[in-house]
Amino acid sequence: MGAHHEPPAELSTRVKAIESLLIERGYFAAEALDKIVQIHEHELGPRNGAKVVARAWADQDYKKWLLTDATAAIADMGYSGAQGEDMVVVENTPDVHNLVVCTLCSCYPWPTLGLPPTWYKAPPYRARAVIDPRGVMKEFGLDVPEDVEVRVWDSNAELRYLVMPMRPAGTEGFSEEELANLVTRDSMIGVAVALSPSAV
Amino acid sequence: MNGAHDLGGMHGFGPVNPDPNEKLFNHEWERRIFAMYFATLASDIYSIDELRKNIEIMDPVHYLSSSYYEHWVESIETSLIDRKIVTKEEIAERMKKIDKEAA
Repeated sequence: MGAHHEPPAELSTRVKAIESLLIERGYFAAEALDKIVQIHEHELGPRNGAKVVARAWADQDYKKWLLTDATAAIADMGYSGAQGEDMVVVENTPDVHNLVVCTLCSCYPWPTLGLPPTWYKAPPYRARAVIDPRGVMKEFGLDVPEDVEVRVWDSNAELRYLVMPMRPAGTEGFSEEELANLVTRDSMIGVAVALSPSAV
Repeated sequence: MNGAHDLGGMHGFGPVNPDPNEKLFNHEWERRIFAMYFATLASDIYSIDELRKNIEIMDPVHYLSSSYYEHWVESIETSLIDRKIVTKEEIAERMKKIDKEAA
């Protein structure tokens, strides 16, 4: 589908033309664009979300706060801002597995997860996550048992979801830092579970 | 508004094919349009909903056959023209100039 097409070569020129016209008219400086790219390419990312999940695993009070007022609890860690203004965290349990999608576009919690992967923005995932979530998860190697309820959350422009995966067995006494290493991006979208300590 | 972007539940798009080694950006122009999205929103030229709307009104065949950041280029260009910040002709002229300088 679409994402696999090579974009036309003139796109690069078109973007340069728009950039140079806007700079000329004083809307922003080229350096400001460099800085924006730098932040999103190198400073944001799923490690932020992993730290949130690890803290919730380690601290029951924080977990309660996170599940009742995720926006505030996440802001407490210093992760807030564009595309993460209103957050909801959904908890995986032995009975419920959660999966996040944005069927209309690509809504995703940037401050905690960074920018979404290509597959999250592409038609196959957006189309099928809501109609065949188990099939989609199998494509990621995740086989959710039939007796576990699957809940799919469709993100939108205003509200962004983050999955709190289950804490893996054998992690008693782990520090928050050690726990955070087990929390992957995919486990916070719901297409994977957290890593087991032996996998790290 | 429904339309080609309203993909939930549609059949026929095939497998997800996640690429574990993918990069955040595949081309330099993707970085630039991504950054311009923030910079233009910060300049209050238009709202984020306007940008989203201008993706959703893309020709459905073009929408489905173009990449994610190509949607952004379309939407930002449409919004800038709508708001009379630039004209289609100015963009075309500037593109010619850039091509000429690169030749």
